[in-house]
Amino acid sequence: MNDVDAREAITRAHHAEWARVVASLTRRFGDLDIAEEAAAEAFATAVRRWPADGVPPNPGAWLTTTANRKAIDRIRRESRRDDKHKEARMLHGDVPPEPLGAIDDDRLRLIFTCCHPALAMQTRVALTLRMVGGLTVPEIARAFLVRETALEQRITRAKAKIKAARIPYRVPSAEDLPTRVSGVLAVLYLVFNEGYLATGPDTDPVRHDLTAEAIRLTRLIRALLPDDGEVAGLLALMLLTEARRPARISAAGELVTLNEQDRGAWDADLIAEGHRLVRERLASGTAPGRYQILAAINAVHTSARDIRDTDWSQILALYDQLVRLDPSPIIALNRAIALAELDGPQVALAAVDRLEDKLAGYHAYHATRADLLRRLGRSRQSRAAYDKAIELAGNTAETAYLTRRRDQLR
Amino acid sequence: MRYLISVIDDKSNPGSTDRRPAISAFNERLVAEGHWVFAGGLADTDAATVVDNRGEQAVFSDGPFVESKEYLAGVWVWEAPDLDVALQLAAEASKVCDRKIEVRPFR
Repeated sequence: MNDVDAREAITRAHHAEWARVVASLTRRFGDLDIAEEAAAEAFATAVRRWPADGVPPNPGAWLTTTANRKAIDRIRRESRRDDKHKEARMLHGDVPPEPLGAIDDDRLRLIFTCCHPALAMQTRVALTLRMVGGLTVPEIARAFLVRETALEQRITRAKAKIKAARIPYRVPSAEDLPTRVSGVLAVLYLVFNEGYLATGPDTDPVRHDLTAEAIRLTRLIRALLPDDGEVAGLLALMLLTEARRPARISAAGELVTLNEQDRGAWDADLIAEGHRLVRERLASGTAPGRYQILAAINAVHTSARDIRDTDWSQILALYDQLVRLDPSPIIALNRAIALAELDGPQVALAAVDRLEDKLAGYHAYHATRADLLRRLGRSRQSRAAYDKAIELAGNTAETAYLTRRRDQLR
Repeated sequence: MRYLISVIDDKSNPGSTDRRPAISAFNERLVAEGHWVFAGGLADTDAATVVDNRGEQAVFSDGPFVESKEYLAGVWVWEAPDLDVALQLAAEASKVCDRKIEVRPFR
């Protein structure tokens, strides 16, 4: 066994097994802290042992057993067992191997615990990435541009609240499930979007690690809740968005908009999978939710051979449907972009200008206005709108793109 | 697990005043379902007196310990197996009282 093979096996196991190990330990010990620290110790032991001893035939079982021992050692060492229950559970002996279904259920419980509505949204994101995704605190801090110490505190406080307020470690009851799933999906969509349009002057414009993690976790939810239409919709939306990633940033590090992207560079496998999911949802005959409609819009975009071939009336019809579900000004802004293709920039500009009150602080509002004004030949106003968009944009590739467009104005 | 349920009212935008019958019915349910431990409505904050005897002699002062437009209007203590159960009851309590509710576990 060479070191490279062992390292790869550990990386693979970390991706595949981290959440399982943390979830099964959380169930056994009823404590996120102990579960997380013991899981981390088990992986550290694997890093030491696997290169010398070889990768065990069942890495997941090896890691779970090792983590269980570490947790028991830890509890004994700390001897802060005011709670007799914990001791009883701890001394129950080695946990018998669980059937796969029960372990998956554990992971689902873990996700719902981390995404509990009694926690702030940012905390849910951080806790999910840490406990379910296995990302380190520095990785999460970098992704969301927060200080490591602040993030560490947030995670620590969340774990303390889960314990003190007794946030249950369980899948919500059937009647609560739809609302609670939507919170989980919102967390995953936030993670994906931060990866897809990373903010901050010092980060890569696209954080593939984050988009990949969001997709991986959404696939996990999909495997656990295969009948939920919005889960399928969000997965399709992420896949169809991710498919365009290779064409989205130019060699010069500039954002390439949809109409200028090299469609040959799009990932055909991801598109095929996304389209399959969208068709599956259409065939279900049930009314689509927000993510399913967004996925359908992306399916129309990715079906077109080029931008002129795009079925804009279909896209507008989908946005009309979306506006009824989610009357947010951002949806209205995106609808106006489709409107420009059908009814021209003048009509679209009138629709966009109506959103000023709500979107004056949002870079995409100004970028959209700038483009429409440019198309109408109103260069001076277009330049002012580009200036405002550049000032507000947080993504380096987007800033580069907007700056070039502004400088091309006559 | 015990939770302190604080009923929060707002001086500048108070909740409705005709909640008594609905709250009584809700309380009967809490008793029947084994959640009830204790409850009480509080008199207006004007009736509060603050005592501070951390120094050499006790100081009594008129008024609530915090001057803010939001104030504690009443409390419950509930027994509930976990936060989800407490939050579900609290959501109902908020409707029944027509006021904001804070749920806080006892140590």
